[in-house]
Amino acid sequence: MDLVAIIGLNVLSGIASLVLISLGLAIIFGMMRIINLAHGEFLMLGAYATVVSTNLGVNVWIAMLVVSPIFVGLVGLLIERTLIRFLYGRLVDTMLATWGLSLFIVGLITTIFGNTIKGVPTPLGGFQVGAYRSDLYTLVLAFVALALLVAVVVVMRFTRFGLIARATMQNPNMASALGVNPTRIYMLTFGIGAAVTGLAGGLLAPVSGVSPTMGSAFIAKAFITVVGGGASILAGTASAAMLFGFINQLGSYFTTPVFGEVILLVAATVLIRILPEGITGRFFKGSL
Amino acid sequence: MRRFPLPMPVVVLGLLAAVLVGVAPQLVDTFTLMQWTVFLAMGVLALSLGFIWGFGGILSFGQAAFFGLGGYAYAVAAFNFPNSVVPLICAVVVPTVFAALLGYFMFYGRISNVYIGVITLTVTLILFNVFNSTAGDAYRIGAAALGGFNGIPSVPGITLPFNDYAFAPEDNWYLTGGCLIAIFLGLRLLLASHFGRVVVAIRENETRASLLGYDPRLYKLLAFVIGGGIAGLAGCLYTLWGAFISPTIFGLATSAQIIIWVMIGGLGTLIGPVLGAIAIQELITAIGTQQALDANLVLGIILLVFVLLMPAGVVPVVERLTSRLWRGRKLSRAAVVAAARDEIAVPMVEPPGGAPARAGE
Repeated sequence: MDLVAIIGLNVLSGIASLVLISLGLAIIFGMMRIINLAHGEFLMLGAYATVVSTNLGVNVWIAMLVVSPIFVGLVGLLIERTLIRFLYGRLVDTMLATWGLSLFIVGLITTIFGNTIKGVPTPLGGFQVGAYRSDLYTLVLAFVALALLVAVVVVMRFTRFGLIARATMQNPNMASALGVNPTRIYMLTFGIGAAVTGLAGGLLAPVSGVSPTMGSAFIAKAFITVVGGGASILAGTASAAMLFGFINQLGSYFTTPVFGEVILLVAATVLIRILPEGITGRFFKGSL
Repeated sequence: MRRFPLPMPVVVLGLLAAVLVGVAPQLVDTFTLMQWTVFLAMGVLALSLGFIWGFGGILSFGQAAFFGLGGYAYAVAAFNFPNSVVPLICAVVVPTVFAALLGYFMFYGRISNVYIGVITLTVTLILFNVFNSTAGDAYRIGAAALGGFNGIPSVPGITLPFNDYAFAPEDNWYLTGGCLIAIFLGLRLLLASHFGRVVVAIRENETRASLLGYDPRLYKLLAFVIGGGIAGLAGCLYTLWGAFISPTIFGLATSAQIIIWVMIGGLGTLIGPVLGAIAIQELITAIGTQQALDANLVLGIILLVFVLLMPAGVVPVVERLTSRLWRGRKLSRAAVVAAARDEIAVPMVEPPGGAPARAGE
């Protein structure tokens, strides 16, 4: 019974971290059809923002939940203005450019902070489940992941910005004819996606080593989740994260964490062979 | 009689390269020769992506996967077999089979080019994680310990089956140079063949090619598999060069470099990627000798500049310039000006109001 509970917790944390690392990517991809290969570096920047600001004496929760998203959001806006806006509609070029950007950011951070691994102590303690121990922080991750998903629904469904964003997502030309400025919407979307990614990076800083190349550890899972989920931001990310988080954690439990990742990849490849447009291309078509 | 399928300049280039490879050991010291050896091995790797991306239109971000698998396959087999025949075969067969499996899922799933980029990149990263965590005695294949992030040191070099001759650095140079020339000419021949022309046709217009009765999935898969095999051979040459292989071969840096070589050299040419590989490797070596700048920083800026300002790459631009000069000598000046104006003016002239200009309106 305890074992079941602890595996359940692991699956929950697997799902939560998949949601966290892929939601920002899904927002940018779902709305703008842009594949941001610098996504892992946005996460890394968020983690660094948390490390640097806690070292400067900022409370760790404020660093994670406020400083990181604001900093990375601003970086995102800057990048959209200086780089991405020249490349709309050129999908492959955008991938190449964001990859160049990713190398540039890794190089820049290495030059500034050096190639060492930094860390933030995990806040909160652990708790006991029968004979096993688990981290309270896991529950925080799960809670924030859920809160972010709810926030996406609320913003998209019930605000004016959400309405305009959905319209732009469906038909940029028509939205523009109706007086919406798609350039501005794209700019904001990119910034919001970056901010969400920064928040995820800040939250993951305590549970993973913070180094200039840490992005590459997350980027594969984030992409697999977004590609597996398909075009819908919310339904896609949530369903793919649940499926892959479950497969990954069970695979890790029965073999090793590394083979858990291999099993995840094989499952994702098979899924894409069966559903080339992702889960939401087939099942929750047209959902948010 | 059929015409000889290679144009004269390519034959001359091939002969020239062969002579250069032949005399180089007499001209430079062993250290320089070994450095050049790895540049040429990277040239082979660049050809593999130059072929599938430039001619097949398949953007693989994960060419490093096949490169690394080839290197590891050679290293593992070299510990287990007394001579180098089986290891060399493994170095090509293992990545080829892997490319076939992966390609089947991607192309027969009819996923788009962008997703192919994402999936190949993901595969590379996962291979990196897997090989990175193979430290310890549990992970050995026959006599070869995989060694985790430390990699496999002192990989045996090539020994021939009929006597005990072991390859010296000069021999590796001849082998690498020979492979580069052979693969370059082989790809030129392949592109001139029926298969090659169908592959290019699919790149140009997939729907039209399939309406003509060619199955794009099959042709793309075959092109992808050929690219995978060549990348595997490059990995083997790389391992031979350093007698060492480690998981960094699967890293993002390797994958990024391959893309940058092809991008800078020029998409849709074969010589461009090779020159790009040599130039960038030379640059990275130069950056490595000083400590002020990080190589990633420089590579990132180069990639950004080329994507934004010169997406075609160097070789096509140079080709266009030289062919314009060539044409200029043959035509009158006025004709050149008119031709140039046509070329430039078409996308720029847009009648006011956006309506198409028609005669008589």
